Amino acid sequence: MSKTFTLDGKTIPFKDGQTIIQAALDAGYYIPHLCHHPEFKPHGSCKLCTVVVSGHQTASCTLQPAEGMVVESETEQLNAERRALTQMLFVEGNHFCPSCEKSGDCQLQATAYHLGMMTTHYDHFFPNRPLDASHDDYLLDLNRCILCSLCVRASRDVDGKNVFALAGRGAQTHLIVNARSGRLADTDFSATDKAAHVCPVGVILPKKRGFAVPIGERTFDKQPIDAYVDSRLARKES
Amino acid sequence: MTTSLETAEHPEKLRRVAIDPVSRVEGHGKVTILLDADNKVHQVRLHIVEFRGFEKFIQGRPYWEVPVMVQRLCGICPVSHHLAAAKAFDQVLGIEHLTPTAEKIRRLMHYGQIMQSHALHFFHLSSPDLLFGFDSDVAKRNIVGVAEKYPEIARQGVLLRKFGQEVIRITAGKRIHGTGAIPGGVNKVITLAERDELLQNIYQMIDWSRTAVHLAQQLHEANPALYDSFGLFRSSIMSLVGNDGEMDLYHGKLRARDEDGRLIFDGVDYQDYQKMIAEGVKSWTYMKFPFIRSLGEKRGWYKVGPLARVQNCDSIPTPFAEAERRVFIDYAGGVPFHGPLAYHWTRMIEMLHAVEVIKDLLHDDAILDGERMAHGERRREGVGVIEAPRGTLFHHYQVGEDDLVTMCNLIVSTTSNNQPMNEAVRQVARRYLHGQEVTPDLLNHIEVAIRAFDPCLSCATHALGKMPLEVTLLDAGGCEVSRLTKSAAGKFCA
Ligand code: SF4
Ligand code: FES
Repeated sequence: MSKTFTLDGKTIPFKDGQTIIQAALDAGYYIPHLCHHPEFKPHGSCKLCTVVVSGHQTASCTLQPAEGMVVESETEQLNAERRALTQMLFVEGNHFCPSCEKSGDCQLQATAYHLGMMTTHYDHFFPNRPLDASHDDYLLDLNRCILCSLCVRASRDVDGKNVFALAGRGAQTHLIVNARSGRLADTDFSATDKAAHVCPVGVILPKKRGFAVPIGERTFDKQPIDAYVDSRLARKES
Repeated sequence: MTTSLETAEHPEKLRRVAIDPVSRVEGHGKVTILLDADNKVHQVRLHIVEFRGFEKFIQGRPYWEVPVMVQRLCGICPVSHHLAAAKAFDQVLGIEHLTPTAEKIRRLMHYGQIMQSHALHFFHLSSPDLLFGFDSDVAKRNIVGVAEKYPEIARQGVLLRKFGQEVIRITAGKRIHGTGAIPGGVNKVITLAERDELLQNIYQMIDWSRTAVHLAQQLHEANPALYDSFGLFRSSIMSLVGNDGEMDLYHGKLRARDEDGRLIFDGVDYQDYQKMIAEGVKSWTYMKFPFIRSLGEKRGWYKVGPLARVQNCDSIPTPFAEAERRVFIDYAGGVPFHGPLAYHWTRMIEMLHAVEVIKDLLHDDAILDGERMAHGERRREGVGVIEAPRGTLFHHYQVGEDDLVTMCNLIVSTTSNNQPMNEAVRQVARRYLHGQEVTPDLLNHIEVAIRAFDPCLSCATHALGKMPLEVTLLDAGGCEVSRLTKSAAGKFCA
C-alpha cells in the first residue's frame, strides 16, 4: 500500500522523497509552477506553486507530503495570488509577447493565460538589460529572465560547467555568465548543453531559428499548460 | 508658432493656417497653410508622425525577430512591413530566390493585404464622401449611411475586406501580428480545407471587385469637371514593376517617370535604391523627404501608390484588371493622369488585380506543400522593397557578425506621398478658401484631398467617423484669426 495525501479532495499517492508537486504531476494533477522542473532539485523561488497545508501557505515544490495530509491548491485566493505574482514577473522584465519568438512556447505566457491574467496591473519597471549575442549559436535576451535558476541548476548539476549564476540580492538579483568578460562566447557553453534547453521563457535562444514554428503548431497552441501535467512535456526541447 | 518657413521667400509676409488632427494618440498629422500678403495660398505642409524612433529601437535586436517586430511600427499595414523586412533579411542571408512554395505563400499574403486594405479604404472610408458628395450631411456621410442607402455596396465592401483578412490569417497564422514570413522563406503552407474554403467564394470576389472598379469609373464620368481637376497637380511617379514592365506588387525593379510619362530610370535593382533616391531633411520636422537624385531636392519629389503604379507599368498580368487599366488609360487620353481623385479608381483596379492573383495562386498546388526555406551565403546588408497598399515601401538593414541589427532605414509610402499631399491640399485650399475664415466647406474638401492618398495616419483611417481635424487661421505674427474643429463624429465647433 502506497502512502497518499489529498489534493483539493483527490487522493494522490506518493513515494518517499517526493515533493507535493512531483506527486501531483505524476498523478496527472496540475499545480501552477515556473521554477520547478522534475529533473532538478527544487529552488522554491517563484512561489507560483504555493498551496495551503493545514491553514499555512507553503511551496509545494519544496515540501514533502505526509500520509493523510490535506492540501488545497485550486482555490480562488491562491489563484489570485498566483496571478499577482505572474503580473509582477511581467512588469519586472521586458516581456512583449507579440514580437517574442518564444510566444506560444513560453511557460510564463502560458501560465498567465491559465490564470486568466488580462493585464499587467502594475507599473512596468522597464529595466535596461542588454543582449548577449557574442556566442555563435546562442543568444541571451536577459530582458525576459524570471530568475528561476533552471539554467544555473542545469549547467551546474547536469553539464558540470557552471556557465550561469544568479548574482545580487532581492530586487537586484540578476543572471550572470561566469566568464571574466561576462560574455557567453567566453565560456564553454554549447548548444548540446542541458542548460541550452531548460529556460521556460525566451532568454536562452538558439540563433537564426526564431518563428520557424507557425502559429497554431506551437506548444501551447495545441493545448493549455495545465493539460501538460507532466511538466517535462511542457518544455519544448529546442 | 513662428517656425521658420525656409522655403518661403518673405516669411514675414505670410499668414499661417494650421490644421491639426485632434487625435494625437497614434499616427497624427498637422497641416499648415501659408498665405501670402494678398491672402492667397502660398504653400502647404502636412506634418506626419515620423518613424525615426522605431529605426533606433530595432537596432541591437536579432535579425530574425525584426519581420515580426516591425508590425508594431504601424497598425495600418503591418503585413507590408512584415514582408518588406523579411525580403530585406532574405538578402542578408544571401538568398536571391525563395523556394516556389515560399514565394507563393508570401505573394498570397501580400495580395490578401492589398485586397483588405483597398476594400477598407474605398468602401469604409471613402465611399461615403464619394457617394453622398463632399459637403453632404456629415451625420449620414459614413459607412452606416452607405449601408442604409446602398446596402448592397456596403455589404460587398465588408465581405471583400473580410476575404482579404482571411487570406492573411491562413498565410500569416493570424489576422494581425502573424509570423508567416521568416528570413529565407515561410514557416507554413496552407491546408487543402483552407484553400477550398477560399475557392468557394473567389469568383464572387472577382465579380464584386469589377463592380467596384465600375463604380469608381462612373464617379469620374458623371462629374469630370470635379473629378479630373480636384486637387490637381503634376509630378513624377515611382513604383516597382516586374521584369517585363508588368505590374508586380510583391517584387520587381524600380521605375520612375516624369510628369509627362518619360522614363527617369528603369530596371533599377532596389539594393541600389540609394543611388537613385536621396532623403532630404528639413529643419521643422524629423520626417525625411525622399527625392529622385537626378532631379534634385526641389523637383525630385514623386508620388507613389495606385495612381502611380497603374500608370507606371506597361500592363497588368491578369485579364480583368488589364482591361480596366486600358479603360483608365483611354479615359486619361493616353497621357499621365494626375488628378488625385483617380487614386480611388486605380485603387479599385489594383484590388481587382489582387483578387485575380489570389485566384491563380489558390489554384497552384505549391501553396499546399513544398520546401519552405532557401539557403545562401550570409551578407552584412540587405534591402527589401515591396509595393504596399499605399505605395513603395523600403526596408534597409545592416546586421553585425553577432546577428544583431546595427542599422535600419525605412522609407514608408506615406513619406514619399507627403509632398504630393501637400500639393493636393494647396490646390484645394486655393479653390475653397475664401476670405479669412476657416469654413466647414474648406475643411471637408481638405479632408477629401488627403484621404484620396490613403495616408497611414490614424486620423485618416478612423474606422467609422470622419477625419478629426482642427483648422486654425493665424496671421503672420502667429495670432489666431479663426478656428474650426471637426471631431471624429463629424461635429464642427469653433
Ligand atoms: S535565463 Fe531562463 S532559465 Fe535561466 S534563470 Fe533566467 S528565466 Fe530561468
Ligand atoms: S515552482 Fe515552486 S517556487 Fe517556483
